[in-house]
Amino acid sequence: MIALDWIVGITSWASIIAGSAFMVIGAIGTLRFPDFWSRVHAVSVTDSAGMLLLTLGMCIQGGFTLITVKLVLIGIFLFITGPTATHAVANAALVSGFLPRGADRTIVSGEKKEIIKPKATSRKRKPSKAKK
Amino acid sequence: MFATAAVALFIGMVIVLARLYAGPTLYDRVLAGNAFGTYTVLFIGILGFLTERPDFLDIALLYALINFVGTIAILKYFRYRAIGDTSPTPNGMPAENGRLKDQGAKS
Repeated sequence: MIALDWIVGITSWASIIAGSAFMVIGAIGTLRFPDFWSRVHAVSVTDSAGMLLLTLGMCIQGGFTLITVKLVLIGIFLFITGPTATHAVANAALVSGFLPRGADRTIVSGEKKEIIKPKATSRKRKPSKAKK
Repeated sequence: MFATAAVALFIGMVIVLARLYAGPTLYDRVLAGNAFGTYTVLFIGILGFLTERPDFLDIALLYALINFVGTIAILKYFRYRAIGDTSPTPNGMPAENGRLKDQGAKS
């Protein structure tokens, strides 16, 4: 039984520490990345890896109780809705004509083919235009 | 262990709030708000374990539900400028100014 306690402690420690690291890394990426589309990529790290590892660690700590059932429910729900919400945000940004930097392509909207020129989305370029 | 996770989640929440404040576009802010909701759900769960009263998990589940619905509602509002009926009118656009279709026809 002592070995079992060791295993439980080590796995929950490892998953919770790794999940915390992923959450902090995703937050730093959300702040530091230069573009909206790369920020989507940074947020997806917290939505999948960090959330799953933290929930797994809390489940191992909870044992076979009602707490674990609730945690599994939270995990399943966040695992479905997190990427769905991120995809909805990215899709809304794309539909509103907000293209990635350097992207130049035709978007078929209805019957018309219209070419949308890319907007500069970096933080560094916009203030220089505003100053002029 | 739980204190470490709580501190890490708190730092992450502060950083994401900075992005929420400084986001240059609407979609950055919506994305940061959604991420902040995920952080809050996990923070509530960790806090329940930290205080050895894991009864807050119901609140965390409820917060996860409301967060998803709120994100979709914000996106829908800024796309169609209406939360209710957004079925397209004959000219291909949703009802004007957020009114329902029959109300728009009367005025």
